[in-house]
Amino acid sequence: MGGGFSAILQRDLLLAFRHRGEIANPVIFFFIVVTLIPLGLTPEASRLAEIAPGILWVMALLASLLSVEGLFQSDYRDGTLEQLLITPQPLYLMVLAKVLAHWLITGLPLTLLAPVLGMMLSLPTAGYLPLVLSLLMGTAVLSLIGAIGAGLTVALRKGGLLLSLIVMPLYMPVLIFGASTVQRAVDGFPVDGPLAVMGALLAFSLLISPFATAGALRVSMHG
Amino acid sequence: MWQWFHRLGSPRWFYNTSGKWLPWLSVLAAILLSLGVVWGLGFAPQDAKQGNSFRIIYIHVPASFLALAGYYVMAISGAVGLIWKMKLADMVMKSAAPIGAVLTFVALVTGAIWGKPTWGTYWVWDARITSMLVLFFLYLGVIALQYSYTSQDAASKASAVLSLVGMVNIPIIYKSVDWWYTLHQPATIRLTEAPSMHPDMFHPLLVMILGFYCFYAVALILNTRVEILYRERRTRWVQDMVLETPVSEIREGQN
Repeated sequence: MGGGFSAILQRDLLLAFRHRGEIANPVIFFFIVVTLIPLGLTPEASRLAEIAPGILWVMALLASLLSVEGLFQSDYRDGTLEQLLITPQPLYLMVLAKVLAHWLITGLPLTLLAPVLGMMLSLPTAGYLPLVLSLLMGTAVLSLIGAIGAGLTVALRKGGLLLSLIVMPLYMPVLIFGASTVQRAVDGFPVDGPLAVMGALLAFSLLISPFATAGALRVSMHG
Repeated sequence: MWQWFHRLGSPRWFYNTSGKWLPWLSVLAAILLSLGVVWGLGFAPQDAKQGNSFRIIYIHVPASFLALAGYYVMAISGAVGLIWKMKLADMVMKSAAPIGAVLTFVALVTGAIWGKPTWGTYWVWDARITSMLVLFFLYLGVIALQYSYTSQDAASKASAVLSLVGMVNIPIIYKSVDWWYTLHQPATIRLTEAPSMHPDMFHPLLVMILGFYCFYAVALILNTRVEILYRERRTRWVQDMVLETPVSEIREGQN
């Protein structure tokens, strides 16, 4: 049972490390769009600090959204996806492995970069740890939800914009709880409440999303 | 016992049966809606605080009700189509999406118009308004997905999966938006609704809600019938029916 899971995880990580540019892209995107904020808004530290929690979360969400489009795309183009669907391995676990690999490649680097960007936006010190914790769980939820959209749109020629359209409403709860975790920490309130909800969202999407994604992939491949 | 279930799955049976119900249902919807509009706009008492502007409630509330109920109609018929491979359920799902989206839009627009005299602004980031906006986006996603597949069957299944995922998410989205709003609640704006409406105001609202439900059913049936004719256009019974229709009626339809 676990054979398919670890094989896919290994393969996806190996593929990613052979194309290091693709790993760097979401991170660079995150960096650049956060740089746009002081340019477009204000370089004043006090005003940046006020909006930093929300900005960092929205930009991390966009970076994750842009990268999730490629989750199944190359496998679909070269026929690997077709082969995965006919292997006698549970599709649920294989999807989970692909999402885990995607999170390790994009979600984790975004999370690790976030404190640096927080510093540049003069996020108050109290916000750093909650920012990292909420992004650690939140980006995993984003990858899981995004996988459903990626599965539904993989066979379409211009799936990218459509993917954002169908996935973004589903991202909203994650954004609300993620950004408010950081905001509450900055304001000096306890953050275990929103963090617990984030954990619940993660547990729930771990349960539902690979199932829905597997269904979506079957629809995409066989109509 | 399963006979009705099988019959229900047949688009032809549905087309014929719904054709018999449709006139009655339309008349009922027209009566209820005109009764509710005249009663609500003309005879219900004025609101003590909001004056006449509150009367938009007679459109706003029923539209909001059906916007949400319509999503469930769409998602459940999508599930039926996925599970039992029922063609009719797919057609109902496809027909329900634009109606629901329009009703959500109506609820948003009437809410904005109502907001101007009551709150002094067309748009506030209130919890209920924001949830409604998200619901509108969910509808748009399903419609967009529906039209981006070339194969009708794949389109139905994909949008069924999406609307089911959306249905699971609706309570989560509503709860989180509620939570978000209590966190950021601006102190100045409050919904000034009394805890209970006066019966004189409530009865016309009830009539309007019933009327909207009938109207929704009529719109859904009409949309589904068009969808049936389009998808079954190569079948014998549709071609026979078209051939039996007098030429004059077809010409009238064209003009």
